[in-house]
Amino acid sequence: MTLLSEIWVLIQKDFRLEWRQRAALNGMLLYVGSTVFVCYLSFSLRGGQLPAPAWNALFWIVLLFSAVNAVAKGFLQESRGRMLYYYTVVRPQAVILAKIGYNALLLLGLALIGFALYAIVLGNPVQNTPLFVGNVVLGAVGFASTLTLVSGIAAKATNSSTLMAVLGFPLMVPMLLLLIKVSKNALDGLEFEASQSSLLTLVALNMIVAAVSYLLFPFLWRS
Amino acid sequence: MSKNWWKALCVVLLLYVAVAGLLMPVPRLAILNESIRNLYFHVPMWFGMTFILFASVYYSIRYLRTPTPELDILSHEAARTGILMGLVGLATGSIWARYTWGAWWTNDPKLNGAAIAMLIYGAYLVLRSSFTDEQQRARISAIYNIFAFATAMPLFYILPRLTDSLHPGAGGNPAFAKYDLDSNMRLVFYPAVIGWTLLAFWLAQVASRLSLLKLKVYEKQLA
Repeated sequence: MTLLSEIWVLIQKDFRLEWRQRAALNGMLLYVGSTVFVCYLSFSLRGGQLPAPAWNALFWIVLLFSAVNAVAKGFLQESRGRMLYYYTVVRPQAVILAKIGYNALLLLGLALIGFALYAIVLGNPVQNTPLFVGNVVLGAVGFASTLTLVSGIAAKATNSSTLMAVLGFPLMVPMLLLLIKVSKNALDGLEFEASQSSLLTLVALNMIVAAVSYLLFPFLWRS
Repeated sequence: MSKNWWKALCVVLLLYVAVAGLLMPVPRLAILNESIRNLYFHVPMWFGMTFILFASVYYSIRYLRTPTPELDILSHEAARTGILMGLVGLATGSIWARYTWGAWWTNDPKLNGAAIAMLIYGAYLVLRSSFTDEQQRARISAIYNIFAFATAMPLFYILPRLTDSLHPGAGGNPAFAKYDLDSNMRLVFYPAVIGWTLLAFWLAQVASRLSLLKLKVYEKQLA
């Protein structure tokens, strides 16, 4: 099998597993939904519309926490025996790329649903929607590529859930800063040119992280 | 002496920096005044940190190719020295900021980037301490070290250039070379960079030798 077909098979397998045990999927959807609702309730006490910077920061914080929770179980749920089985049938690069791809699609779905809920309850001040959605796509891919390797690392340690947050949050900050900046531009309805350099840096950062994960995962897998 | 000439060079350079840095004439600039001499101590810390962290990543890569306890110790001690340099850099910068910008901490991209990089490397130390098996600890922390370096360096060298900063050379502020690093200051600044970098390597070497000795004593006790 070529690398691409291996990746395709693994992504299909992940989606099928997710669909069969819907508890996890529903759990994540409820997590996003209830976080958004808590935000809505805690801000509606003051009455009136949220200012755009607060709306923006809150949106990304909700996404950040849902991403950490959604990706964390990526490697934790794989039993030791199943990993050994993968070891015999596919190459490690396929495993990490498939996990990144699957997590990116999952996070994209969660983010878009979260955005819809968020816009319904807290209002939608976004003026440049294509830029905003494009930025969310880049964010989902970036979160997935950073957190997938981190979850692989954390799964090996004893206190994995603490480690996941400790290792993951600081690593995501460079990406998060750029994402928040671009999404602020989209909120204010600025031209595409204003965010071009940030978007390019974001794409480059995603590629660096994905490439480093691709190179390092085979070493992580051996243990 | 043929192997240790660089330590003598380090001592000579740092003595020269301490004397010349405090006594040589400096340009008279508003606000900065005499505090410009901090340039010889604050800026070289970041150079030293970058070099020593790069060395740490180099040893981590070598560890993944040929796993030996020596390479693990070298990369761990180099990373710890890098954290020390970063903390001293933050402290000298904080004092400088108090007397020129008026606050111990300002919301500046370089300060925030440096603080987050310290968090990333703090997570490296937490990760190391959460394994009991030495080989697994060595391999997984080497993987994280490489990954962390790839995501932390954009914080220092890419992101601050995209945003406004109080630091020179960013957000339209002219770089030091433009207006205040005159040829007299260069005479001290470049030796300072070399001297502090050598000191970082010296510290890492001494710490590694101590750790290696501890390892040997431990192995003797076991035997």
